[in-house]
Amino acid sequence: MDKYILEMKGITKTFPSVKALSDVNLSVRPGTIHALVGENGAGKSTLINIISGVYPHGTYEGSYQFNGREMRFRQIREVEREGIACIHQELNLAPELSVAENIFLNEKPTKYGFVDFDAMHFRSKQVLEKIGINTDPTAGGISPEEKVSQLGIGRKQIVEIAKALVKDVKLLLLDEPTAALTEAEVDVLLDILDGLRKSGIAMIYISHRLDEVMRIADDITVLRDGQTVETRARKDMDKDTMISLMVGRELTNLFPKEQHTRGELALEIRNYTVPNPDVPGQNLIENVNLKAYRGEILGISGLMGAGRTELFTAIFGAFRTKGRGEVLIDGEPVTIREPREALERGFVIISEDRKKFGLNLMMSIKENTTMASLRKVSSRYILDQNREVKYTQDYIRDIQIAAPSIDTLVKNLSGGNQQKVVLAKALFCDPRIMILDEPTRGIDVGAKYEIYKIMNQLVDQGVAIIMISSEMEEILGMSDRIVTMSNGRITGEFDGAEATQEILMKASVIGRDEE
Amino acid sequence: MTTQQTTRRTDRYTGSNWRQRLDIRTITMVVVLLLLWVVFTAFTSDFFQNMRGSFLAARNLSNLTRAMAIVGIMGCGMVLVIVTGGIDLSVGTMAGFVGCSAAALQVWCGFGAPATIACCVAIGIIAGLIQGTIIAYVGIAAFIVTLGGQLIFRGGILFITKGMTIAPMQNDFKAIGNAYFSNTWGWIFAIAAIAILLLGELRKRAARRRYNTLDESAGLMIARWGVYSAVILIATVVLNNYRGLPFAVFLMLVLMIVFSLIAERTTFGRKIYAIGGNVAAARYSGIDVKRSLAIVYALNGLLAGVAGIVLTARLNAGPTAAANMNLELDAIAAAVIGGTSMTGGVGKVAGAILGAMIMATIDNGMSMMNLMPAWQFFVKGVILVAAVWFDLQTQKKKRAA
Repeated sequence: MDKYILEMKGITKTFPSVKALSDVNLSVRPGTIHALVGENGAGKSTLINIISGVYPHGTYEGSYQFNGREMRFRQIREVEREGIACIHQELNLAPELSVAENIFLNEKPTKYGFVDFDAMHFRSKQVLEKIGINTDPTAGGISPEEKVSQLGIGRKQIVEIAKALVKDVKLLLLDEPTAALTEAEVDVLLDILDGLRKSGIAMIYISHRLDEVMRIADDITVLRDGQTVETRARKDMDKDTMISLMVGRELTNLFPKEQHTRGELALEIRNYTVPNPDVPGQNLIENVNLKAYRGEILGISGLMGAGRTELFTAIFGAFRTKGRGEVLIDGEPVTIREPREALERGFVIISEDRKKFGLNLMMSIKENTTMASLRKVSSRYILDQNREVKYTQDYIRDIQIAAPSIDTLVKNLSGGNQQKVVLAKALFCDPRIMILDEPTRGIDVGAKYEIYKIMNQLVDQGVAIIMISSEMEEILGMSDRIVTMSNGRITGEFDGAEATQEILMKASVIGRDEE
Repeated sequence: MTTQQTTRRTDRYTGSNWRQRLDIRTITMVVVLLLLWVVFTAFTSDFFQNMRGSFLAARNLSNLTRAMAIVGIMGCGMVLVIVTGGIDLSVGTMAGFVGCSAAALQVWCGFGAPATIACCVAIGIIAGLIQGTIIAYVGIAAFIVTLGGQLIFRGGILFITKGMTIAPMQNDFKAIGNAYFSNTWGWIFAIAAIAILLLGELRKRAARRRYNTLDESAGLMIARWGVYSAVILIATVVLNNYRGLPFAVFLMLVLMIVFSLIAERTTFGRKIYAIGGNVAAARYSGIDVKRSLAIVYALNGLLAGVAGIVLTARLNAGPTAAANMNLELDAIAAAVIGGTSMTGGVGKVAGAILGAMIMATIDNGMSMMNLMPAWQFFVKGVILVAAVWFDLQTQKKKRAA
């Protein structure tokens, strides 16, 4: 057996305007989990794309050895044949097909030329049980016959893994598999990965959650600006070292918490109820009362599915069903039926899904920034392109978006920079009340810090900020006041200085058990 | 990324040089057009020996521009519709219906040309607005609504004409399709256009200097202006060599400019692109998606109305044949050949004019070569698919390079 199952040496990859990777080395030992960490834009995804064959041989320089042989992949199919499987950030499942059909998407077992559903279901069951998943739907397990669209994101992730496993995989690439998972789901996933490791499968694991990396990885490679900074065994690494290697500077405090002084009442929600659009007669949000003040960061804590996003999109006028109850802005009752009416009152939302609700990927940074306030860059419906350029430049400079120009298309930016564009767009609306829904999901440490600083500035200017986050550290680190939600209800309110993870966790699971 | 680097990078207005800013798709289509012209000229003129009767003869080029005017006019609106992510299958028969109405109004009701034109434009706008309202507010797919519209207008044509030919048109109405500007007017337009272009460039430069966003050399500006001016001058010389600038072509160019300005310089235009690129994000940005969509279809109806007027004026009769001419498909093809993406969010109005010209060139050149009409369809079909294929290829290359 070779010392390494995968050896990448001197990998250099250039895009028209940027050098994405330069002389990167990565060696993965068999039967181990090798974590790949780095800020967004450090080159992690590019490297994964080379290993998984998205960028074929010849489009990069350097040596790619798998099982001691030089690999020259032209097509992704060849990569799969060697036993390399990749689970991308965005899941690759057909939502309207069953779990089993997804697991055997490309090579369904057949009998006389027809799909043999019995064999497919049986083998799916085997695979799922092999990784320790309960397949009895009556006991809350995943049934092979279930439609994938019925599953939560954590379970979809498991289906992805099962799909990779039926192909006799030797090296599994996981690109941020836990980005959207709750803590409990993360535990399940990490257990599965541990089991796979014991059965001899090597894995490359990309994650921004450094605690997980410390929990699961055997080796850790840090990338920065397209270069390998260092590879170390986990026992020689700690979280702080990892962060300083990633950002190339010491970040003593992850959260720039500041003392704010609470101002006037900005947003008040009274007895707010949102009906469930999918289940008639049931409510997603039940009788919520909430107050948000100027000059304050209000953290909304809770688990996935607690109804936090639904509550605020409903108030914003963008949810599928209309909420009932009173909404007051600056003490004045308002009815908001469309996001347009919310924006007119200085009420903006930064969605948790920036690609779906925040950005127009085909447009430039400039066009995205001005999108929600075209009036500011036009007179009588005619755009003033010079004013647009000027304004955008100012905003972009303030929040430091790394891009060759403001005409760069947003789809070419890294996640952190995309999020900053969304932020620039919101800032350009002169917000008075700002909802940030998972504002730092999937973005790197450095960009997170900058976003927190912008939040502080806004609060100082008298903006009321409501931050929804599933990351407890973030909630505790930034909020002046914290409200927990569970099952569509408010389950607690705490002072930011007094709350702890335990307290929040307890309040976040109230009423969840009967589900 | 260190802070220092970041600041340095974003301080500049743009890092792209002129080579990166060239629009490869458009240039390719211009090259394709020129190649077609060379081929057709070679086949029609004893290899450039005698230009008379050849493809490049002024008379032929003049007819070519007149032939493309109707599809070009409809293409301008179709670009906007497709940019929103929609489609309009009704404009061909709608133009026919408006055209037959125009004929009926003049011949049977004795309307004068101005009243007829006003009525026709109104019919187009209202028909488009009704379809747009159903698409936007009721939420039925554009494909279905406008397919229904296509059938209804086809019925409308038969209903009005009962299969009869309604003719002749009044002289001043006919002029829309058949008149030419005198050579003097041609030159006045050409010089005015060149002057306005220069003025625009200078104003843009001055404004950019004021906002400190100037990013191109004076030479580049002059070169660009020079190319446009040369095209305008050559076109004027050629057209004046035959009968002058055809009124229908003038109308098409004016509409192209107006719709380009709507698309690129107004908040409404920006909203259209925003909706096509990501409708959810557009709504979250406070854009009134439904209203914008309804207006787009109304504008498209307006252009179908204008196209119907030109069609009737040219034929000097109610265009009953438009019921089966599939003009809407030509308009869609023109938009797509001109770079509009069927997935929405991307496209240029001027591209549709280029697309219309390519298709008119194929029709014209191949019939001059006395080839079976079948060949025109074969070649147009291949070019349509090839244009999209080429676009996909260049996009892939950009991503992978």
